Amino acid sequence: MLAGAGQVLALALVSPYLVMVFTALKPAAELRTTPPRLLPAAWQPDNLLAVLGDEAFQSWLGVSVIVAAASTALVILAAVPAAYYTARHRFRGRGAFLFLVLVTQMFAPTALVVGLYREFFELDLINTYTALILTNAAFNLAFAVWMLQAFFASIPREIEEAAAVDGCGRLRALLAIMLPLSLPGIVTAAIFAFIAAWNEYIVALTLMTDAARKPLTVGITTYVTAYVQHWNLLFAASLVAIVPVVVLFALIERYLVGGLTAGSLK
Amino acid sequence: MAVVVAVTLVVSLALAQLLNLDFPGRRVVRWALIVPWAASLIMTAKLFVWIYDYYFGVLNHALVSLGLLARPVDWLGDDATVMGAMIVVGVFVSLPFTTYVLLAGLATIPGEVYEAALVDGASAWRTYRSVTLPLLRPALLVATVLNVIYVFNSFPIVWTLNDRNPGFGHDTTITYMYKIAFKSALRDVGLAAALGVVNVLAILLAVLVYLRAVRWREQEA
Repeated sequence: MLAGAGQVLALALVSPYLVMVFTALKPAAELRTTPPRLLPAAWQPDNLLAVLGDEAFQSWLGVSVIVAAASTALVILAAVPAAYYTARHRFRGRGAFLFLVLVTQMFAPTALVVGLYREFFELDLINTYTALILTNAAFNLAFAVWMLQAFFASIPREIEEAAAVDGCGRLRALLAIMLPLSLPGIVTAAIFAFIAAWNEYIVALTLMTDAARKPLTVGITTYVTAYVQHWNLLFAASLVAIVPVVVLFALIERYLVGGLTAGSLK
Repeated sequence: MAVVVAVTLVVSLALAQLLNLDFPGRRVVRWALIVPWAASLIMTAKLFVWIYDYYFGVLNHALVSLGLLARPVDWLGDDATVMGAMIVVGVFVSLPFTTYVLLAGLATIPGEVYEAALVDGASAWRTYRSVTLPLLRPALLVATVLNVIYVFNSFPIVWTLNDRNPGFGHDTTITYMYKIAFKSALRDVGLAAALGVVNVLAILLAVLVYLRAVRWREQEA
């Protein structure tokens, strides 16, 4: 009985995405048939190849990869030392620091986008990767710091002390002992930051007005406008964007809630 | 938009309860739950525009074929249905996160309290109401407040699904601000910035409620 309910639920959750898959595999002529059909009459997997071969799509994909990868690298570079220090040391303002980081997580870019535009306009950074990378990195930092902080704190201090007794230098202890132990945490934070940047829409929509510098989320919407309606290509492109991140997300699933609810639930 | 939060919470409660039980295929359901969470909001929103489509959408066709509707409905073009249509999408994309938070909350409830309730002869419904819900309160609070904040940020959904609406009806304060700043004939940056401040204040309020809720939890512990 439960298994049945589970199957119905799973189907309900993925059914819109099944529509996406089926539409992505339809030939253009089948998009506008009445009554509409759920399954394609003639399956056309070539749509995926058409999208992958589209130069505009390749450009959006490239921008998305660059922006997501660079902002993820920035997040990890900044969050690992910050989280390690706050996890291992009790310093004045530690609570205030963690509190401030948490508050920034609440302010997703949407509410601040007008100000962001103004700021990057003043800095002459509209239409640059720098602007997008910096914004994405800034907004994903909070999650990474909190998650890693909890992760580092869960690794017993004695392990490091034992390494020191064995004559291991501080840096070496960090690289040879702490880094491998905390790798799952770092990977989780990195994947989360990557997906958030990958899916980011509003800041990219606002800052990147140059067609050649639009990321996937903004670019693919040009497949369906008032003038052209390539729904099959739009969804084929969406699949290319969605499938990898769903797989990544599934890998880090069990670590996520702890990071998102940051310290409020045990 | 409060409707989104309320409906999300109720449905998520049921989902979390189900997923907290052990049954064959549970992993598959959890993976299915991830999809709407991981997929980009803008792509999901576009997908629903297509599903809701008046002529070619699957939804109208399915409902008419099943005899649930006499004739197709222009879900996104009709003032009477566009809000409901957006709320459904809003709930759909908020479910995964909320369910996961509530699942984490359920996991903190020790099994002994259920044994005690059983010994005392409490019925299943009674146990749920008097044991599960009160103990789940911190998780519920966290889920509520974070959802309120996320709804504020659900820009792509309203932006995409409400695209055909020429005026400012059914806008959230965020899409209203965006239209004023970048799209409308007004292009009034001053007004948009002022609206931005209002949004930030509203979120700040939600954050304060959140932090109070969290502290409340710490005192209990």
